Amino acid sequence: MPHMVIANTLKDGRVVFLAENGDWVSAIAEGALAQSDNAAEQLLADGKQAEANDVIIDPQLIEVNDTEHGRHPAAYREYIRAYGPSVRQDDPVKD
Amino acid sequence: MYRYDEFDHAFMAERVAQFSRQVERRISGEMTEDQFKPLRLMNGLYLQLHAYMLRVNVPYGCLSSKQLRGLADIARKYDRDYGHFTTRQNIQYNWIKLEDMPQLLSDLAEIEMHGIQSSGNCIRNVTSDQFAGTSADELEDPRVYCEIIRQWSTLHPEFSYLPRKFKIAVTGAPKDRAAVALHDIGLRMHKNEAGDTGFEVIVGGGQGRTPVIGKTICEWLEPEYVLSYLEAILRVYNLWGRRDNMYKARIKILVNATGIDEFRRQVEEEFEAIKASPLALDPTEVERINEYFAAPAYETLEDTDLSDQAAANPAFAAWLTSNTAKHKVSGYTIVNLSLKSPNQPPGDLGAGQMDAVADLADEYSFGELRVSHRQNLVFTDVKQQDLFALWEKLSQLDLATANINRATDMIACPGLDYCALANARSIPISERITKRFSDIDRLHGLGEMSINISGCMNACGHHHVGNIGILGVEKKGQEFYQFTLGGSSAEDASLGDRTGPGFSTDEVVDAVDRILNTYVEQRDDEEETFLETYRRVGMVPFKEALYGAN
Repeated sequence: MPHMVIANTLKDGRVVFLAENGDWVSAIAEGALAQSDNAAEQLLADGKQAEANDVIIDPQLIEVNDTEHGRHPAAYREYIRAYGPSVRQDDPVKD
Repeated sequence: MYRYDEFDHAFMAERVAQFSRQVERRISGEMTEDQFKPLRLMNGLYLQLHAYMLRVNVPYGCLSSKQLRGLADIARKYDRDYGHFTTRQNIQYNWIKLEDMPQLLSDLAEIEMHGIQSSGNCIRNVTSDQFAGTSADELEDPRVYCEIIRQWSTLHPEFSYLPRKFKIAVTGAPKDRAAVALHDIGLRMHKNEAGDTGFEVIVGGGQGRTPVIGKTICEWLEPEYVLSYLEAILRVYNLWGRRDNMYKARIKILVNATGIDEFRRQVEEEFEAIKASPLALDPTEVERINEYFAAPAYETLEDTDLSDQAAANPAFAAWLTSNTAKHKVSGYTIVNLSLKSPNQPPGDLGAGQMDAVADLADEYSFGELRVSHRQNLVFTDVKQQDLFALWEKLSQLDLATANINRATDMIACPGLDYCALANARSIPISERITKRFSDIDRLHGLGEMSINISGCMNACGHHHVGNIGILGVEKKGQEFYQFTLGGSSAEDASLGDRTGPGFSTDEVVDAVDRILNTYVEQRDDEEETFLETYRRVGMVPFKEALYGAN
């Protein structure tokens, strides 16, 4: 199963994913997928560098199901982080 | 209400400036996360799943209408238009940005509020009976002692780095609405044989992964020595409490390991040494603080006969039955505002609702309100003649669900929808249970009970002491829910007994239904509560209902 790196931004705590170009993006579909263990390790190393540079907090590797129906973290906890709470979904989002 | 004095104002201004600089240094990279984390936690700022979460203290659950409007402004300005009231009578905001914190803290200070000591290994916000000062069954108003403890414990230099967090609750009534036996220290007011009011001191209670009902360490303590005794307990705990293992660091573990008799001996020895120190309360100072809580200008009123309105409006009658409580002054009633409607997560309140509640507090309850540990709000001083009008207005705000102390008045932690520690979701389960049992006749037919749900074994949702407790667990990536039965946080405190294996998300509401149907089948009559029935018949019929006879 491929991996992604997930983290929270320092300034506002929002959930982000590490993208191929080194940016941190909110949409899971725009994040980088690591298809091998080596690639996952490199991705996490890039994440930790961003943490050291005070861009994000607590980068972690997560397993992701990447199918034609979308990209979904395998663990439910990370699914909720990626897609938001399963409650109050009609609330206005003010970012 | 308590009042900020010049020390509070000066201190808050200093703290806002200090934390603002710390935030700037963190964002600029001058400070690492490891360096910053303990500083943000000291100000109530956590990092949760989706964002920073700010916990704001509501001292012993007392709020003014002005403060509630300020909290509404903060919800609008810095969050997503709502706040969440907690089992510690506090309010949490789930979507805070670190860069907003300096201005946010400044705004909070404007309404004399803050998040200091709402986190960390220190003495947390002291909690109390939400009816304090007004209920008919109260001996004396506990808020004066809550305030004295607040002042004593705020930035207490000796107790800023305890082995673990420390929670104190105080009640002045024989009916325990503050769960005092589930706190590190619980103070329960009662009279001795001479008829003098004092405190039973209970120590070593708590929930979490090792739930314990507190033990009585002192049968009757003169109120004059309440701080001396608390300080003696804290000193023994601070000296001997474990710091090598956070799961064994709470005072309950120390009391159990030491034994209550030896623990008492050590506390009494310390107490005797400091009893006559300046910690002994000066009656003049107690009286000065007592004046903060002077009764409002009650009118001389007779009790109002509401039977005609109740007969004509069954919904109003149901609300009167479940959501009001007896006041100590004739013509007045205590009104509970339910934050457990089927349309909103338990304990949540929108910014618009906050403003409207503040207006109603001004109109009907002397501009004050309370937060209960069951995550509801309370107007303590409502004229009975105003009850119908107030009910109509609360109904329009979706705050008049007639379910206080009923099955759908659920305590629910934020669970996996928000909390970084959780293993399973709590809020969606509570919402589904609330919808399943929303029929008012069935709900009231089930009588008084509590259903509490936690999303992990840290037990923020008080599942151990729910008459029906639900604990969310994670098993092979799936959420499961285990039941406990027979818990109570009241004066007859008890821990629930686990029924057996857990149920899937799809099964859990049906399982609650089976538990409640079994209760109805087993109860002697409609007067026998769920807890009474469970204590009489035991686990067997409930287990059979859940898992079958075999």
